[in-house]
Amino acid sequence: MNESDAAAEGRSIPALMALNARRHASRPAYREKEFGIWQSWTWAEAHEETRALAMGFLALGLNPGDHVAIVGRNRPALYWSMVAAQMCGAVPVPLYQDAVAEEMDYVLDHAGARFVVCGDQEQVDKVIDVQERLKHIEQVIYVDKRGMRKYDHSRLNALEDVLAEGRAAHNRFEAELAARIGRIGYDDTCVMLYTSGTTGKPKGVVLSNRNIIETAKNSAAFDHLSQREEVLAYLPMAWVGDFIFSIGQAMWAGFCVNCPESAVTMMTDLREIGPTYFFAPPRVFEGQLTQVMIRMEDAGRFKRWLFHRYMAVARRVGPAILDGNPVGLGDRLSYALGDLFIYGPLKNTLGFSRIRVGYTAGEAIGPEIFDFYRALGINLKQLYGQTEASVFITQQPDGQVRSDTVGVPSPGVEVRIADTGEVFYRSPGTFVSYYKNEASTASTKDAEGWVATGDAGFFEEGTGHLRIIDRAKDVGKMADGRLFAPKYVENKLKFYPNILEAVVFGAGRSFCTAFVNIDLNAVGNWAERNNIAYSSYQELAAHPEVYQTIRGHVEEVNRSVAEDPMLSGCQIHRFLILHKELDADDGELTRTRKVRRNIIAEKYADLIDALYAGKDRIYTETEVTYEDGRKGAIKATLTIADAAVAGGAERMAAE
Amino acid sequence: MNVMTPEGYVAADGRRIGPVLMEMKNITLRFGGVKAITDISFEIREGEIRAIIGPNGAGKSSMLNVISGFYVPQEGEVWFRGAKRPPMKPYQVARQGIARTFQNIALFDGMSVLDNIMTGRLTLMRSGLLSQAIWWGGAEKEETAHREKVEKIIDFLEIQNIRKTPVGRLPYGLKKRVELARALAAEPKLLLLDEPMAGMNVEEKEDMCRFILDVNDEFGTTIALIEHDMGVVMDLSDRVVVMDYGKKIGDGTPDEVRSNPDVINAYLGVAHE
Repeated sequence: MNESDAAAEGRSIPALMALNARRHASRPAYREKEFGIWQSWTWAEAHEETRALAMGFLALGLNPGDHVAIVGRNRPALYWSMVAAQMCGAVPVPLYQDAVAEEMDYVLDHAGARFVVCGDQEQVDKVIDVQERLKHIEQVIYVDKRGMRKYDHSRLNALEDVLAEGRAAHNRFEAELAARIGRIGYDDTCVMLYTSGTTGKPKGVVLSNRNIIETAKNSAAFDHLSQREEVLAYLPMAWVGDFIFSIGQAMWAGFCVNCPESAVTMMTDLREIGPTYFFAPPRVFEGQLTQVMIRMEDAGRFKRWLFHRYMAVARRVGPAILDGNPVGLGDRLSYALGDLFIYGPLKNTLGFSRIRVGYTAGEAIGPEIFDFYRALGINLKQLYGQTEASVFITQQPDGQVRSDTVGVPSPGVEVRIADTGEVFYRSPGTFVSYYKNEASTASTKDAEGWVATGDAGFFEEGTGHLRIIDRAKDVGKMADGRLFAPKYVENKLKFYPNILEAVVFGAGRSFCTAFVNIDLNAVGNWAERNNIAYSSYQELAAHPEVYQTIRGHVEEVNRSVAEDPMLSGCQIHRFLILHKELDADDGELTRTRKVRRNIIAEKYADLIDALYAGKDRIYTETEVTYEDGRKGAIKATLTIADAAVAGGAERMAAE
Repeated sequence: MNVMTPEGYVAADGRRIGPVLMEMKNITLRFGGVKAITDISFEIREGEIRAIIGPNGAGKSSMLNVISGFYVPQEGEVWFRGAKRPPMKPYQVARQGIARTFQNIALFDGMSVLDNIMTGRLTLMRSGLLSQAIWWGGAEKEETAHREKVEKIIDFLEIQNIRKTPVGRLPYGLKKRVELARALAAEPKLLLLDEPMAGMNVEEKEDMCRFILDVNDEFGTTIALIEHDMGVVMDLSDRVVVMDYGKKIGDGTPDEVRSNPDVINAYLGVAHE
């Protein structure tokens, strides 16, 4: 069947799944590694499982319009639960699995979920915790049976049992299920996703079938996705990207979704699957590059020479070859040899041998990192999107890829820049509303359907590519009126492998200062090679030589920032290395690991005061939350260091 | 404490403990003139978590070695599953369904985690040396079946990510977990743990506790353990045997043992007037 048939029939996710069960019946739809082996299900089998599960839900009394919360790691059973809920006319609401009970409490309360599908005992425990207060949670269903035997099962069921019950009762529910699927409209709610809540409480973004399916259709056509793609589903199911890639596009194009064995085996599983279509936030690519570089440092001298020699060739001509630009014959030969000796084996080790389209988004990616992967011949591109747009706002077409832009508007998306510099868009993927929050809906989406992104950016002359500078609300003024763009500087700092996270302060002040988090992997390896003993993160972070290295990075960034006269005020005069890693459990980062600037500024107010008061040491106590929810305190005396600033900024500060 | 009957008793957390699985009757163990164990009797019941505690040199490890058949006591009888056990070699004891871990880890450092755990299935393998060597027919099928069991244990103990890692490269806490995995692979009726938490940090101890409780709960394995960490012992076990200088000075539930004056003397000392 061709695309127009899909367009005619596929007006909902359950309808698309039924279509795939016919047109790709024996092709793999889902794989999951369990007990050391990849188990797989064809589209026909997956469809059967999902239907049985939906009938099981009906037997438990799931009503149209109910919210079904889904929480757990990426597993086929949980994806089927989402589609099964849709079949019943209910709305799936995937949640972040690493959320602590109180965060989950808010979302479950707000969504008013009647059913909760949990991955394992850990999630069930959290739900039972909040169930005391939230009486509307009626049924809890779990996938992994481990440790669940002794629980009170009066309102608790194993997913396996729900499936079995659905199968047994199919005579009873077949007609009801068909009727429910038939009633799903194109503009009915497909899914509700909670924003990660960079500011304030998370908001429930309501996306319709039209939003998801139109977006999947457009983006699949943009990158020529077919039923032959393989994706690795490892990003949180609550994140819109995973919903679009692993449900929207997978259902539309009919490709296979592979679920890793556990979060810690992700890299091994990536290598075994060798996906053709891959998405990762910049930190994954950064982490892999750091690993490669660390391991090359430990390699023999000849291997190291070979690696550096051919990586130089790749950096020079690799991107051009990838983009199909003319390259001399000699260079082509060198590159082919490099591919044989270095790039091929390296890509194989990383799991990128078969990659056809790779995307990164969410944060700015360092140009060196980006170029490294492109040089190897991996078609890594950037996209710009958000939950409210069903991901896609802009993306980079093949052959027009650069590290400093986010590409051209995606098919079907209109983008305009307001006078304030804020980026607005309008598209078929634009969300319906925020759940139970009309005020926010109205302030975000205007009557004509334009949505404010909250990001400041501009279109580049000539190429028509969009460039994003910073969050519109974070762009501020310093005391003397110069522009303050913290993210711009933080990103430059984070491009150094030694720096994991940075937070820059300076709005309304006379100069800028920064908190720095070291990367324990990179700095720890350096310490090991230089015989520097340390017993904890805190001790390593306070080491004078580490300070020296970080000062070097800060000063380099200052020089690079000074080159842009508009932003030269953002140079960092003083900084300190934090004694603990910023952590989502302490509320310092969002679950997607974005810095929560205001919370950090409030929590560490004493440190900021010290930075501006000219002290060079400061004693501090910080409350930390452990993974199991208990609290403790870290005490430390931190050193504050000065950094040299370049050019005009120094004069201004001296005045 | 709950009423003890020949059929068993109900543990503090409501678990049903079964009849006697192993009984030690008047065991005395000597090394030359030194008495390591003097006239000790106690029993281990099915489904129970039984701890043996005592100060250094009290004879705990010797006791465990008697149970595992490594030492043969000069006096006394060992009864297992209702029959008196004749003197046996350790591998014969293993075949009876008793597996153990060691105080100082005894794994094959150069072999992967998977292979190490597979060795735990050795006593259950039936195909001969030749057919295993040429890996043909029954041997292949048998290995697949064993691998499946091993994978279930790997999943259970959450060590999927180190499946192919050589044991020598693992940190201490993980090695301990691999050793537990290997012992479990033998599908024991009775699992002996010799200081499973020794040298671990708090987090590793908590993990290990959880795994021990889960093993007992999921597989119904009876567990006898030696441990120094009193907090762990009191939380974990249903009944505790206390030893001092080779003698039994206390036996009962953690609460009973804790209030036993002899035990307090042995651990805290007593004022002399």
